[in-house]
Formats: sequence, structure tokens, C-alpha cells
Amino acid sequence: MLRIKCPFCGERDHSEFSYGGDANITYPDLAAPMEAWIEAVYRRANPKGPHRERWQHIDGCRLWLIVERDTLTHEIASVTLAKAALAPLVDGQSS
Amino acid sequence: MPRYSALSLINHAITGNRDWPRAWPNPDPKPSYDVIVVGGGGHGLATAYYLAREFGIRNVAVLEKGYIGSGNAGRNTTIVRSNYMLPGATEFYDFSLQLWNSLSHELNYNVMFSPRGQILLAHSPDALDGAARRGNIMRRHGIAARLLNRQDMQDLVPHLDYRPTARFPIWGGLMQPTAGTARHDAVVWGYARAAAALGVDIIQNCEVTGFLREGGRIVGVETGRGQIRAGKTGIAVAGHTSRLGEMAGLSLPIESHLLQAFVSEPIKPLLDYVIGFGGHGHFYISQSDKGGMVFGGDLDMYNSYAQRGNLPVVRDVAALGVSLMPCLGRVRLLRHWAGVMDMTMDGSHIIDRTPVDGLYLNAGWCYGGFKATPASGWCFAHLLARDEPDKLAAPFSLDRFRRGAMIDEAGVGPIPKLH
Ligand SMILES: Cc1cc2nc3c(=O)[nH]c(=O)nc-3n(C[C@H](O)[C@H](O)[C@H](O)COP(=O)(O)OP(=O)(O)OC[C@H]3O[C@@H](n4cnc5c(N)ncnc54)[C@H](O)[C@@H]3O)c2cc1C
Ligand SMILES: [Zn+2]
Repeated sequence: MLRIKCPFCGERDHSEFSYGGDANITYPDLAAPMEAWIEAVYRRANPKGPHRERWQHIDGCRLWLIVERDTLTHEIASVTLAKAALAPLVDGQSS
Repeated sequence: MPRYSALSLINHAITGNRDWPRAWPNPDPKPSYDVIVVGGGGHGLATAYYLAREFGIRNVAVLEKGYIGSGNAGRNTTIVRSNYMLPGATEFYDFSLQLWNSLSHELNYNVMFSPRGQILLAHSPDALDGAARRGNIMRRHGIAARLLNRQDMQDLVPHLDYRPTARFPIWGGLMQPTAGTARHDAVVWGYARAAAALGVDIIQNCEVTGFLREGGRIVGVETGRGQIRAGKTGIAVAGHTSRLGEMAGLSLPIESHLLQAFVSEPIKPLLDYVIGFGGHGHFYISQSDKGGMVFGGDLDMYNSYAQRGNLPVVRDVAALGVSLMPCLGRVRLLRHWAGVMDMTMDGSHIIDRTPVDGLYLNAGWCYGGFKATPASGWCFAHLLARDEPDKLAAPFSLDRFRRGAMIDEAGVGPIPKLH
């Protein structure tokens, strides 16, 4: 069982969370060339090892989180808020 | 290699089965081959076999990092069917089913293909309409399909939950009578033996760690057992495609995910058909020839190369199994395990050249690559031999994502975990 330490709710089983995929993906400008969109929508680095990924705490505070997790050992190195601007709302943001 | 026959069985029985020869040789790698296939799963071995058998290319090596069949070929729930709906997929999987029908004879190896029939369950009137539509599409392609009502279901699969309180009421189902299961290990061994008999070198414990390049072209591979040159190199490494892709500088529309499978203690015959359940969850079950209930469900739903699953899926799969077939609650689980699969952005596979000269790709098999093994091998061999895709493989090109020509059976878009 993976356990994810939600900065808002504390440590919870990963079955409370929904996986949102590679957090290094950012969408380009609407006007960006097609190639940039193809890259963002379809292509993934899919590393074997450390991976920055998005998880949403759907059965909890519903915040989106950035989790650094190893895809081979499943070890979690850090959990932070996806929207850094929300940090002041969260008591003692963990990392 | 001597053929297996009733006579050879009798002869060896008389001598106490002590002197069966090796099923296939164990050669050292040669310095170079016409074609190297990376990955000794079902697809890589089938590719080598059809290269030699159909396309006359026999100077071929299959390089496997562990032992053949140690990947998903030896980990799957062995369901073989062709009840797909989208153009391209229907034809491809039906061609595969046709190859399955004669595979044991063709390979001179009993792959125990058992076309016992597969039934997709329908749990609402709408789902039954959907099943009728799927059945019509199949019949339009010449694939047998039979719509079943609740009474038919009760006759054919009496152990489902038909009580008024059932969590998933049974409205009917769609049967593909020609679908079924096969023995996964035998498929691996059968293709390996038949390919080796035609001159293919099967080289185990030989991990590919890089590619040899000359002027942009890939001309062979670096391995744990030294450099091996090749006219053409084909990749068929299932869940590890992105890793090989990275070595070649490719960025691919793939994520690696875990899928678990489960087998119970052997019990007396209980279930004559393969049962599939989708839409409200994901569950499939059949009974093996040894009596074990073989079943599975959804992915673990996060990127992983760990080849071991987590407990929430064990709970979900067990809950679904018991909801559908309450008697399973008294059956003990014997083993469960996981495999690492390529999940693509549209849930369909890729058989294509790559942008790098000399390198060819067979990947993205998601949940469904075991049934595809014969057709996948056939089409990949065609591509490697002729340098152009067979018409059955053409829709499964790498650039379909760029062209917007996705083959998305589930209709969920570019979210690999949902396919
Ligand atoms: C739990 C589970 C259940 C499944 N159930 C079904 C089912 O019921 N029906 C169905 O149709 N499909 C099913 N599948 C999917 C199916 O098993 C796969 O799609 C299919 O086996 C993949 O092709 P393969 O046999 O060639 O893969 P594999 O057997 O995984 O072969 C790939 C090989 O490549 C090797 N390799 C990797 N990297 C390297 C390297 N660098 N150098 C050399 N070799 C390398 C691996 O060791 C491996 O042996 C299931 C999969 C899983 C995991
Ligand atoms: Zn939370």
C-alpha cells in the first residue's frame, strides 16, 4: 500500500487519491505549434525511477498534490501542493 | 528437431521419459544477424517464427534479458477473443483468432487453445442494447456472436448471483462462442521451439543495454553478452518499451502500469465459459484446466515498473468476484502476481517503423496482448521483412496520434490508466 502524506489531511492510504499522471507536463499556449501540443498531450518520459506526478485527494480535501515517487520501488520522496499559492491555507506543509 | 507425435510419446514412455532431447538449443550469440528481435515474450518469439516461416528470413536472433516467458507472456489471464468494435481492431483480432485455431498443429506443440466461449455480462437494459450493437458489428465482420437473455445466462452460468438482491442484476450477455483461453507458457515454448527448428537463435540472459549506430542508423545492439550487429532491429519488450525507446532517443505515447492476476486453489469444474464484466468495474474470470479460478480486474492505476501489485486492487477484485459469483467467497486464493504493461494513449497497440532507421517497434499491448500474440508476430515479421506494414497493421501506426486517427475502444481519450 502506498501512503501519501497529504499536507492538509495527513498520511492516508493511496486509495483515497486519484492519480493524475506526469507532473512535468504543462500545456503550451493555444497558439503554440501543433508539435508542442502533440508532445504535451501524447508523449510521456515514463521513467523507471524517480517520477514527479500529480495525485488528487478525492476522498479527502480534494487538493491536487505533486508527489515525487520512485516507479520501481514505490518509495515516496516528497509531497507538496500543486498550487503553491494555497500553501498559506495549509498548516505545516510537509515535504 | 524431432517432431512430437503419439509415437514419440509412447517411445519415451517405454524408456521412462528419461531421454527427451532439449526442446530447443541454447546457442551463444553470433557476431551479427539479419534481424534481431529484442524481447523473448510471446510477441518476440512469434515474430521470429513468422520471419523464418512466412518470409524466409532465418538468420534471426531473439534476445531476452531473463528467461523467455518471464514477462507478461507468463503472467496473463490467457483470455483470447475478438469481440472488438472499431475498424482496424476487429479485423486484426479476428485474424489472430484464426491463427489460434490452427496454432497447435502449426507449431507441433499443444498450446491448449480452448475456444470454450466468452460471455460479456449485461447488467441493465442499456448494457444489453450495447451488447446487441457489439454483436451486430461482430457479425458484420463474420465473427460469431450470440445475444443471451437472463434465462440463457441462468442455463449456461448457473453460479452467478440471480437473486433479487444481487448487486449487479443479470439482464443477459453477449457470447463469442469461438473465444476462450490458451496455455500461456506453452505458447512461448511452442513458438520458441518452432522458431529454433527453422534456424532462429534464442538467446536468454542477454539484456539489451544500448544501440549501435552508424550515421544515424541503428546497426545492432549492446548487450550484457557483448555487441551484436543486425541489419534490422525490432523491439517487442512489452512494459519496457519506453526504456528501449529512450536508448534510441524516442519519446513515445506510452506509460508503464501494473496489472495483477489471481488464481485460486483448484476446485471441481464450476465455470464452463470465460466471463467478462465491464462498465461498473472491471473483472474477468475463467477456470483453468487444473481447476484453478483464474481472474483479474483493473490496473493499479499509477505508473510502475515494480512487477508487484498493491492491496487495494486485491480487495476490489475480490469484492467484484464475490458480488458476481457469491460461491467464490469460500474459495481460497492460491497466488497473485503482477506484470508491467505498456498502456498507450488510445488503448491500442503500435506496430510500425520508428523515426530512426533500422529500428522497428511492436508495443503498447495494454490489457490485451496475449490474444494478439499470433497476429502481432505475423504483422511485425511482415514489417521487418518488407519494410512496410501489412494492411492489418497499418491502422496501428506510431503517427496516428499526430493525425488524430486514434483507435480508442473505451472512448476515454489520452489517459493511459483508463484504457
Ligand atoms: C496480469 C496480466 C493479465 C493479462 N491478461 C491478459 C488476457 O487475459 N488476455 C490478453 O490477451 N492479454 C492479457 N495480458 C496482456 C499480455 O500478457 C501482454 O500484452 C503480452 O504478453 C505482451 O507481449 P509479450 O508476450 O511479448 O510480453 P512479455 O512476455 O512481457 O515479453 C517482453 C520481454 O522483453 C524482455 N525485455 C525487456 N527489456 C529487455 C531488454 N532491455 N533486453 C532484452 N529483453 C528485454 C522482458 O524480459 C520480457 O520477457 C495480461 C497482462 C498481465 C500483466
Ligand atoms: Zn487531503
